[in-house]
Amino acid sequence: MLEASNLECVRGERLIFRNLNFALQPGGLLQLSGPNGSGKTSLLRIICRLLAPAHGEIRWRGENIDSLDEEYSMLLTYVGHKAALKDELSALENLRITNGLCGATSDAKTLGSALEQLGLGGLEDLPVRLLSEGQRRRAALAVLAVSNTKVWLLDEVLASLDRKAVDLVQNLIEAHLDKGGFAIVSTHQDLTLSASSFQRLDLAS
Amino acid sequence: MFGWMLRRDLMLAWRRRSDVLSTLFFFVIVVSLFPLGVGPETQLLKLIAPGVLWVAALLASMLSLGRLFANDHQDGTLEQMFLTPQPLYLIVLAKVFALWLVSGVPLTLMSPVLGLQFGLSPGTLLILLVSLFIGTPVLALIGSIGAALTLGLRGSGVLLALLVLPLYIPVLIFGASAVDASIAGISAQANLLLLTALLVLATFFSPWATAAALRISVE
Amino acid sequence: MRSSKVNWYKYASPVNFYPVAGRLIPWFAVPAATLFILGLYQSFFVAPTDFQQGEVYRIIFIHVPAAWMGMFLYLLLAFYAGIGWAFNARLSSMMASSLAPTGAMFTFLSLVTGALWGKPTWGTYWAWDARMTSTLILMFLYIGFISLQAAIDDRRRADRAGAVLALVGVINIPIIYFSVQWWNTLHQGATIRLLNKPTMAAPMLRAMFIMLAACWLYSIAVVLYRLRCIILERELGTARVAAANPQLAQLPQKGVI
Repeated sequence: MLEASNLECVRGERLIFRNLNFALQPGGLLQLSGPNGSGKTSLLRIICRLLAPAHGEIRWRGENIDSLDEEYSMLLTYVGHKAALKDELSALENLRITNGLCGATSDAKTLGSALEQLGLGGLEDLPVRLLSEGQRRRAALAVLAVSNTKVWLLDEVLASLDRKAVDLVQNLIEAHLDKGGFAIVSTHQDLTLSASSFQRLDLAS
Repeated sequence: MFGWMLRRDLMLAWRRRSDVLSTLFFFVIVVSLFPLGVGPETQLLKLIAPGVLWVAALLASMLSLGRLFANDHQDGTLEQMFLTPQPLYLIVLAKVFALWLVSGVPLTLMSPVLGLQFGLSPGTLLILLVSLFIGTPVLALIGSIGAALTLGLRGSGVLLALLVLPLYIPVLIFGASAVDASIAGISAQANLLLLTALLVLATFFSPWATAAALRISVE
Repeated sequence: MRSSKVNWYKYASPVNFYPVAGRLIPWFAVPAATLFILGLYQSFFVAPTDFQQGEVYRIIFIHVPAAWMGMFLYLLLAFYAGIGWAFNARLSSMMASSLAPTGAMFTFLSLVTGALWGKPTWGTYWAWDARMTSTLILMFLYIGFISLQAAIDDRRRADRAGAVLALVGVINIPIIYFSVQWWNTLHQGATIRLLNKPTMAAPMLRAMFIMLAACWLYSIAVVLYRLRCIILERELGTARVAAANPQLAQLPQKGVI
């Protein structure tokens, strides 16, 4: 239901990739791998409509995503390289604002337990700049515990996490896939989760 | 939606109060430089007051623009704004409004105090206040286009000035002329109405241009 | 007879337009040079001495066409930049970038000639009248456009950002002009309109039109030439350029845009 055909990406007049195709069904996981600069982030950004492809298209339920309006953006949760967190605000405040901007109205308790789920219990009121790199990464991922969007796009999110946190996140992704969601994850590490369909896309080729 | 963005930016501004105050102090210092430069003769100061106060307010406003998008761009929150259900237009409008509340309004409120340094009468001080009250949002709105265009570029501060100051000229002219008119004893209404017209135009069109520029800069 | 359909869209590609531009340039450069010579002759020797301003007025034969070119080229720049943005047409955007320096040059020329005209006529190099002030602001708009494009490394981002700036500038021009007029009337009081053009006799009009035509032709020639340079800079890495223009094979391949 989420498919890409003949995608070509050009950044700064440099060809990053071309003839890229994939098709994902509900419950499907797509893992992106490849060296730095091979276009993993670019591909995720193209799916988010943050970047326009030089050629080709992405289709959601058969329709070109460029022709869809805000409803397509509402389907996505994108967790990028940079933890999209404001340093001066606490993890809880950050989560509440992210939630509010997406139109959801989860109450403080739900948000608090989401942060707890990611091992940040007791740290949720500290300004994010006081957290360690791993803790910030987990605060950024807390959005996964409260979002009910269909498509998750995760860019190198497991990088600074310890074993326990990696398991946590993989559990979240598994639960999401079980509910019929889609996940596209770019990572160097090996994913050890079960999905109804597990595809790998190596961008080095 | 709009409310959340506004709340967020106001919360952030409160936690970084020093940024906000420094813009205000810049305004005060620059205005005080002029009498030091041209001499304390009252008649002369009265003549240059509208221009000086307006140009200083304009420069101070322009300095505050650097904070509008740069920080969000650096920590990745800007791209998340593209993925929200509301149109980017509204988000931009909310951010610019927050910026105005936090820099434009203090400037405006400070101006009558500084106007006293130039020997302006209470009636003129009121017109000064009103002209800045209408004019500073226009400066923020127009400036946001420049801020979006120069996002992440080297030397973006000076480049921003280069792009935005020519576009500020009509606001400067109508604003300063309003105060001038008041000093001369005639009605400032025409100038203030023209300023208001600019405000309406800017409110409708500039967030759209800023949103387009943001998309271009973020790609 | 086989009917041949010309595929005009092929020329929207910078690579294909490069040789076409090269062939067009002489068709504009030579007439431009001719008209300049003719126009200058007309301006200096044929047009009569002005009753009020003597010989000095002759500077308007450069000043006025330069001012008009500055204005027109900005509108043209905004147009091409807009098309380049809306239709993702690289060549259009390159055209806009190519127009900017020439437009800026004419605007600057108009400011300088205006100052040179002002001194003997009104005793001052710079008089803050509405037209000269607006021309000065136009100069700032050009500088802004060129600086913005120079500061952005990614060419496509530079193209699009320039388009936004140029379009915002174009929309603001009437507002700026009106506000400067307003400012001028407020502060001038009862003044003579400075830099008034003398009433134009027929030979003067003829000289003016010849000079204007010369400026247009010059602009087209120079802009096309600069466009070729821009195409080379941006497309040199492409193999197609090398294939279409074998004489470039000798140039070192930089592959850097």
